[in-house]
Amino acid sequence: MGGNAKGMKYFFRDNGTALRIVERIKALDQPARIMHVCGTHEQIITKHGLRTLLPENIEVVAGPGCPVCITPVKEIDEAVYLSDKNIVATYGDMLRVPGTSISLAGKKSAGGDIRMIYSPAEAVEIAKKNPDREVIFFAIGFETTAPMTAQILLNSPPENFSILCSHRLIPPALDFLLKEGIGIDGLIDPGHVSTIIGTHPYEELCNKYNMPQVIAGFEPIDVLMAIYMLMKQIRNHEARIENEYTRFVTYEGNTIAQEMLSKTFKADSREWRGLGVIPQASLALRKEFENFDARKKFDIPLQSDETCDQACFFCANVIKGAGRPKDCPNFGENCTPDKPIGACMVSTEGTCSIAYRYGTIVNQR
Amino acid sequence: MCLAVPAQVIEVNGDTATVDFGGVRRNVNITLIDSPKNGDYVLIHVGYAIHRISQEEAQETLKIWEEMLKE
Ligand code: SF4
Repeated sequence: MGGNAKGMKYFFRDNGTALRIVERIKALDQPARIMHVCGTHEQIITKHGLRTLLPENIEVVAGPGCPVCITPVKEIDEAVYLSDKNIVATYGDMLRVPGTSISLAGKKSAGGDIRMIYSPAEAVEIAKKNPDREVIFFAIGFETTAPMTAQILLNSPPENFSILCSHRLIPPALDFLLKEGIGIDGLIDPGHVSTIIGTHPYEELCNKYNMPQVIAGFEPIDVLMAIYMLMKQIRNHEARIENEYTRFVTYEGNTIAQEMLSKTFKADSREWRGLGVIPQASLALRKEFENFDARKKFDIPLQSDETCDQACFFCANVIKGAGRPKDCPNFGENCTPDKPIGACMVSTEGTCSIAYRYGTIVNQR
Repeated sequence: MCLAVPAQVIEVNGDTATVDFGGVRRNVNITLIDSPKNGDYVLIHVGYAIHRISQEEAQETLKIWEEMLKE
């Protein structure tokens, strides 16, 4: 942010303000186990050592918040298969995630035609430039990222373009986890997913599970403030959805994006890596768009029925927030960002990768 | 993956706008938001603006926090 906004950024990281919030949290003297479900939150918490600022009796755990980590092996296999004869375009984060036998990066060095893109608009450009080839956009991401896929579908993409849809939805996944019971007292909800969906979809979860929730932004002070707001609710036995990230999240969310989503997608029940099939927590293309649905357009054989390969048995615990990276026997030994075993070590937003890169803070607590 | 970054709108051209990320300029798609004005802040994710606020609205947050810490 330019000019004045630089001052704002400074404020969001101001130590004095951070310490004032921490003092307030300490004064409440309320034990709690809090979960967030966002890779970016985990990065901020770990990088800025926020866990060390909090009192001993507050535990902050990372839930399933990285769309890369929860993309199941099967769907990576589909992309790998398609890259044999066609062009597959996807976000860089996906390249190193292990499939059944190979990652997209591995396939790329073995001759697969895989293109890394920053924006889905680039995938359409690739299709326009290669009219004699099929171009498949491997579309991953939560509600933050799905509207762009919808926007492309609604703007008459070329016929040689299609979508391998791996989008996932956050509120049904939260519902699934809370129903299972994960032993938490409050939830930090993801800011940028909420920019799209607004604050209202979380209300039902507050009522159903008596669960306090706060939507948080992505500066250290946002996260600390959200924890403070959450601790106050827990202390007062309240269960409301509060919005800390008011600068980018409204009650109704981005209605233009929501409309595009409902025109192009319908809810579907697919697997999440480490969690199994979660009802209604995935998106599939509507019938009107089946010409652009790679799963309809191509006959993709199923490579493996495995939910997760043997090597990453502990990842499921990490994804659910039930285990810390340091408790995994592979962590830092056989599994590092250079030689990842599980997906949580691959993505820069994976809990294990963050713990490895920013080190000791997570290990100690 | 869900990371989105604020930028300031420099110039609007139909479905796209030139925005400034603290010195770096880029063209972004603005069809997911109501058309912004020059000087507004927009939140950018994978080349698309997903939310728009004015400078005054951005400053509002700071006031809200101050209020909360006063309580
Ligand atoms: S350290 Fe590696 S194997 Fe262990 S949980 Fe993390 S990603 Fe999975």
